[in-house]
Amino acid sequence: MQWLRRNLVVIAGLVTLAYLILPNVVVTVFSFNNPTGRFNYAWQEFSLDAWKDPCGVADLCDSLALSLQIALWATLGATVLGAMIAFALVRYRFRARGAVNSLIFMPMAMPEIVMAASLLALFLNMGIQLGFWTILIAHIMFCLSFVVAAVKARVLSMDPQLEEAARDLYAGPAQTFLRVTLPIAAPGIAAGALLSFALSFDDFIITNFNSGNTVTFPMFVWGSAQRGTPVQINVIGTAMFVLAVLVVLVGQTVGARRKKAQPE
Amino acid sequence: MTDKTEGGDVRLAGISKHYGTFTAVHPLDLTIPQGSFFALLGASGCGKTTTLRMIAGLEEPSTGTVGLGDRDVTHLPPYKRPVNTVFQSYALFPHMDIYENVAFGLRRRGITSVKKQVDEMLELVQLGQFARRKPHQLSGGQQQRVAVARALINHPQVLLLDEPLGALDLKLRRQMQLELKRIQTEVGITFVHVTHDQEEAMTMADTVAVMNAGRVEQLGAPAELYENPRTTFVANFLGTSNLIQASVESVGGAGGDVDVSASGAKLRLPVARCSTTPRAGGQLLVGVRPEKISVVPADEEHTIGAGRNKVTGRIVDSSFIGVSTQYVVDSAVCPELEVYVQNIERDGRLVPGAEVVLHWNPEHTFGLDAAQSMLAGTTAVAGAEQLVEESA
Amino acid sequence: MSATAAPPQAAAPAEPPAHKPSARKRLVPYWLLLPGILWLLVFFVLPMAYQASTSVQTGSLEEGFQVTWHFRTYWDALTEYYPQFLRSLLYAGTATALCLLLGYPLAYLIAFRAGRWRNLLLILVIAPFFTSFLIRTLAWKTILADGGPVVAALNTVGFLDVTSWLGLTEGDRVLATPLAVVCGLTYNFLPFMILPLYTSLERIDTRLHEAAQDLYARPATVFRKVTFPLSMPGVVAGTLLTFIPASGDYVNAELLGSADTRMIGNVIQSQYLRILDYPTAAALSFILMAVVLVMVTIYIRRAGTEDLV
Repeated sequence: MQWLRRNLVVIAGLVTLAYLILPNVVVTVFSFNNPTGRFNYAWQEFSLDAWKDPCGVADLCDSLALSLQIALWATLGATVLGAMIAFALVRYRFRARGAVNSLIFMPMAMPEIVMAASLLALFLNMGIQLGFWTILIAHIMFCLSFVVAAVKARVLSMDPQLEEAARDLYAGPAQTFLRVTLPIAAPGIAAGALLSFALSFDDFIITNFNSGNTVTFPMFVWGSAQRGTPVQINVIGTAMFVLAVLVVLVGQTVGARRKKAQPE
Repeated sequence: MTDKTEGGDVRLAGISKHYGTFTAVHPLDLTIPQGSFFALLGASGCGKTTTLRMIAGLEEPSTGTVGLGDRDVTHLPPYKRPVNTVFQSYALFPHMDIYENVAFGLRRRGITSVKKQVDEMLELVQLGQFARRKPHQLSGGQQQRVAVARALINHPQVLLLDEPLGALDLKLRRQMQLELKRIQTEVGITFVHVTHDQEEAMTMADTVAVMNAGRVEQLGAPAELYENPRTTFVANFLGTSNLIQASVESVGGAGGDVDVSASGAKLRLPVARCSTTPRAGGQLLVGVRPEKISVVPADEEHTIGAGRNKVTGRIVDSSFIGVSTQYVVDSAVCPELEVYVQNIERDGRLVPGAEVVLHWNPEHTFGLDAAQSMLAGTTAVAGAEQLVEESA
Repeated sequence: MSATAAPPQAAAPAEPPAHKPSARKRLVPYWLLLPGILWLLVFFVLPMAYQASTSVQTGSLEEGFQVTWHFRTYWDALTEYYPQFLRSLLYAGTATALCLLLGYPLAYLIAFRAGRWRNLLLILVIAPFFTSFLIRTLAWKTILADGGPVVAALNTVGFLDVTSWLGLTEGDRVLATPLAVVCGLTYNFLPFMILPLYTSLERIDTRLHEAAQDLYARPATVFRKVTFPLSMPGVVAGTLLTFIPASGDYVNAELLGSADTRMIGNVIQSQYLRILDYPTAAALSFILMAVVLVMVTIYIRRAGTEDLV
């Protein structure tokens, strides 16, 4: 009883964790399914067919490639534009700061569907063809704020005396930025970029409004929920999950080793 | 908390603390008398803070018991112990104002009308007008006083202070030392104070326990520790000591003196001031404090009275401190003898290079067991400083 | 520098003509801001204006839409779709509360009790993100399938009796009921609750817990008086990050719900993409935006953490 009381929070936390992980387990298990109908919702029998032929469904891998492509470009665009804004906000005093801050915050404080709908209104009114470019424009727009937030947090926590020290040690403005400011801000920029990539790659609502006939991976999954869900979706979902966890784990082990190798 | 058990000493019986294979505190017996101002003194990592936390209940001892008066409180959680702590970082609740911080303990014990007590306590620490400020709006010294007030308002049987003055600058620290001493005398509560600053310990406490590597090296009143250190660690950690390796020539009879020789110099000291039993033919570490030594130019040796310990040498360095001048003297018995001379009449001949004779009253000499390192306390200090530098 | 020389020297830089910062230097922040801000102005602010104008247009797809300042659209949209509005706010609110309830213990566990498991647990919280949320949401169709083990278990313990009495489920079904939609919303936005909670919990100095215990606070009181108040920034950020997207979501209602669980997002989506009644869709999305902004503003004021933004 005493033990239960002391570990209540641990038990509750693990229950939540199970709730979070359960769908991934199901996705993984059902990637080995061989369903009878068009939908992969009920277990039939074990099969490796889908794993042997992940691109065996029409348009699936095309949509995946398109999503990756858009995510890369959106990340690049949002990271460059966002980091510039973040530096300006933290390192300079200028008049419109308050207004800029609010403008950056607004996209994060708005339901995605509102932005999605209004962008569509713009594109329709201007007669712009929906497709790759409209998706990219939209993704850069909503990723921008997250990059600004991530980079700003990092640069804010940086000791301004470091830059003063660099200038004192004969580094010009460009040198100071390249050799001191940028390396220190790098983790923030990387975090912002990673977030952008994940947000863009997985985005559905804004893309659904502004894609026209172009099919990204989430759009493909959405469509298949109506037409029939191929097992290959689960294969790709599982592969991405495993790949991501592996990358993080390897990164952590390498980081830990490096720390051990050169004690502070 | 309950007035019935009010009073009583803090009794630590065989308490120790291990973290895995590392022993932070070796089995320790310690009785802290009620109403005393007790200091645990030692370098960082010596186990003093762990000991304090075991008294507070924030750390459970691996072995042994903690007693308050007649009560065994070893397994009592901190919130049930009539003990309060002033934390090193003050640990003021950042989301509450000063008033609510101070009232916190009273409210937890179900006292609803706290205003009078809180106001009084804030007056005691002279922070009445800051009651509605948040901790971060106060200076370090003010925060420190809030931390003291927050603990004291509960009238604990014991107040624990974990390096409470460490974050303050020197001048403020001196002021707070006197302030804390005044408060302790006023309220009469047992104070247990952890510090690495030997001056602070000696200024404030009436009993000091010097800790080293998880053990108590020596315990006593500040003057007693200073004048009669029992180990080289204490001799070096509390102030400065000149330690001379010497061999025992003869040991006098009842109440007699010990005669020793070191590199040709004949020295004498009372048997009573030896921490070991000296044996003729054996070794002894002879110690003398720098301020006990007088220094005269070599050609005035005849002016020195009979029966004093004498050592010849050459001044290698002198620094002017203000109230005194500190000389480093190279002599046959010890290459770096330290001598402090009050600046009453400064002798212009005492400059680096001058040949001098040092002399002092044999009564001011103490003897230590020669089987220990002469550098014990000094390396500990150097080690601690190195740690601080590395972490910075 | 001598003390007597200091005053005139100190006064010198205050005189601008002598030492005017070059125009180039003063313009640096604006050059840094320009591309990004322009992007937001053109693709975020301008669209809002277009949407505003669309919302007061009348016409049809065939004849084209004209701005006629037809504000009645707002009124019509509201009277027709207020059930979906209320449902959205109710579902999103419930999901947010559930996220807080479920997420807090896990965030607390990771911040204070996990020890060397901390990193692994954090990875497990973030990792699901890497599988498309649509795939994971579809997985709930399997988990909550009629006659499946989860539904059977919930039925056995009488949970479904309670929820169907509350009108959240119907009979032995969970899928296509409000419960399924709320469950999906909670699941989808849970990490957005846990991460800010964890960040603010992790920042709390554990010595404050010790200090509170030292001052006679029992563990439960330590939580109520110290831990929870200090985690408020995380609670506020987490609830906002959960409530805002949940209120506009239509994926969960579409995949896990039925015609009776349509949220306002579903209405806007079908008005825009299927029915092509642009003015009504624009009006609805403006109303949603206004409602969310008002609620969020009131909430932030109440929570007293305005410096969060």
